[in-house]
Amino acid sequence: MTEKKAMRDAYGEALIALGNSDADVVVLDADLSGSTRTAMFAKVFPNRFFNMGIAEQDMAGTAAGFSCVGKKPFMSSFAMFATGRAWEPIRNSICLPNLNVKVVCTHAGITVGEDGACHQALEDISIMRVIPHMSVYVPADYYEARALIIALNDKPGPVYVRLARAGSPVVFDENYQFNFAEYPVLQSGSDVSLFACGQMVPIAQKAAQTLQAAGISVDLININTIKPLHGDQILKSVIKTGAVVTAEEHSILGGMGSAVSELLAKNAPTPIEFVGTQDVFGESGDGDLLMVKYGLSEARIVEAAQKAIARKANRPS
Amino acid sequence: MSAGHSLQDVKEIGKRIRKKIIQQVTWAGCGHPGGSLSGTDILSTLYFRKMRFNAQDPQWADRDRFVLSKGHCTPLLYATLSEAGYFSDDLLTSFRKIDSKLQGHPEKDYLPGIEMSTGALGQGLAIGHGMALGLKLNNSPGRVFVMMGDGEIQEGMIWEAAMSAGHYKTDNLVGIIDANGQQIDGNVKDIMDVAPLADKWAAFGWHTQVIDGHDYEAIDAALDTAINVTGKPAIIICKTVKGKGVSFMEGVVKFHGTAPSVEQSEIALQEIEEKY
Ligand SMILES: Cc1ncc(C[n+]2csc(CCOP(=O)(O)OP(=O)(O)O)c2C)c(N)n1
Repeated sequence: MTEKKAMRDAYGEALIALGNSDADVVVLDADLSGSTRTAMFAKVFPNRFFNMGIAEQDMAGTAAGFSCVGKKPFMSSFAMFATGRAWEPIRNSICLPNLNVKVVCTHAGITVGEDGACHQALEDISIMRVIPHMSVYVPADYYEARALIIALNDKPGPVYVRLARAGSPVVFDENYQFNFAEYPVLQSGSDVSLFACGQMVPIAQKAAQTLQAAGISVDLININTIKPLHGDQILKSVIKTGAVVTAEEHSILGGMGSAVSELLAKNAPTPIEFVGTQDVFGESGDGDLLMVKYGLSEARIVEAAQKAIARKANRPS
Repeated sequence: MSAGHSLQDVKEIGKRIRKKIIQQVTWAGCGHPGGSLSGTDILSTLYFRKMRFNAQDPQWADRDRFVLSKGHCTPLLYATLSEAGYFSDDLLTSFRKIDSKLQGHPEKDYLPGIEMSTGALGQGLAIGHGMALGLKLNNSPGRVFVMMGDGEIQEGMIWEAAMSAGHYKTDNLVGIIDANGQQIDGNVKDIMDVAPLADKWAAFGWHTQVIDGHDYEAIDAALDTAINVTGKPAIIICKTVKGKGVSFMEGVVKFHGTAPSVEQSEIALQEIEEKY
């Protein structure tokens, strides 16, 4: 079995590294510092950590203020509460003035599990990517999360990073460097483009193997940056394969799949199948069971790939 | 109709609720025992001495409403609703499991007696205020009770609702703060102090009482006073102990959202049996 590591642990470790290398880094949390791992930073740099209490809107406004005076704030909570409760301050106080605030959230997606629907952010990619100036990143594993956070510190401007709670299979290794210009291609192929992000990446890798065994050649790309989308790279893959599957632990409305389809509709209309949650709320339960119940599975990706390829064949010439 | 039990009965019910809280989080392997146990004496008294409802007719228009604004305390809510006859105890074993009606945080109408979905903190007082204003428009005698955490009231929305209920003099609304002094990251006074609580609520136009939230007689009297206040909303600030009733959970922040082990659970049930 592949090693499992949690992205939020990578976040805590990266913050400590940044705390050491950059005296301007400050961290804010809203009473979830143990869960988000900002407590790791707080322990080492108590003077640069600010627990705002259970008050996400206040946290976003305060982070904006820090940025105005030259600090480099990272603000964290669960994806639901930071992007949801504080959406409007993030839009108007952080993104509108184009401030250097990193909104890094953990506990995104359905794998939050037992806490249930009110804690499972399945819309966060969507509501963050529609805000001008905002960039949106969804790392695939622990190593990518760590490399991303470190690299982001030198990239000014508002950013949303989506991390998961649970440990997930590692995709990369120690030496991984985050590339802001290009997506990692995990496997080259010619029959179907499979675009996955976050915890769906290791699942997509398995699906690609299964498809490969059935004679289907998969072009598997880790869409770690949802905004700005690396359009040229996506189009190159799609023009090669002529069929697309997107896979994300997020609603199929407005997320990564939507971003890809917006690009394709304009530049290269192509059969596309979306793997994600279907315009529904989640529920309580074991995270792995929920992934299967809500269609975030290897089997669903395989099905979707077959469907996309079949549609390619049926396309009127 | 469930109100009108003797205080002695209510204490017995409270004891069973405490046990059911421990059992639910143990079966689930997760959940929130600390704030459930701190609110047990308050909610037992409210449901079984004061609130007007009919478990056989859950949609009765003139019933009193209860909103658990600190929605993570589902073990307390589900135990209370099962004691009130809304559903059978068997269901409690499914707490937090896939396909269960007993979601980690309450979902409205998943089961009779759950008046509102909560879990994202800070929203319950505004919701309760809306219910109270609506009941007045309906000429209903129904009253609304909202339980909040003292950490939760750091949310700005709570103070917006405090302002509007004060403004509208919504006197069929009773707020209850389970002031156990702790939240997830530590003590409320260290994380983000909310004191002086009574002065703040009074300044927003609320009738204010501060009581011992584990003293059944005091809770009973304070609820009577709050219910009878006219011309303004009423708040009861209940001084409580997080994890109350289980020695190794009392005042221990970890048990905000951690289940006891099976062995700890046995000890907890034993302690509750002996103490109450
Ligand atoms: C909007 C929002 N932010 C954060 C959380 C995570 N959370 C759940 S419980 C809790 C602490 C609540 O403390 P308190 O209100 O004092 O409750 P109690 O001690 O009575 O359990 C937090 C921060 C949440 N559920 N909702």
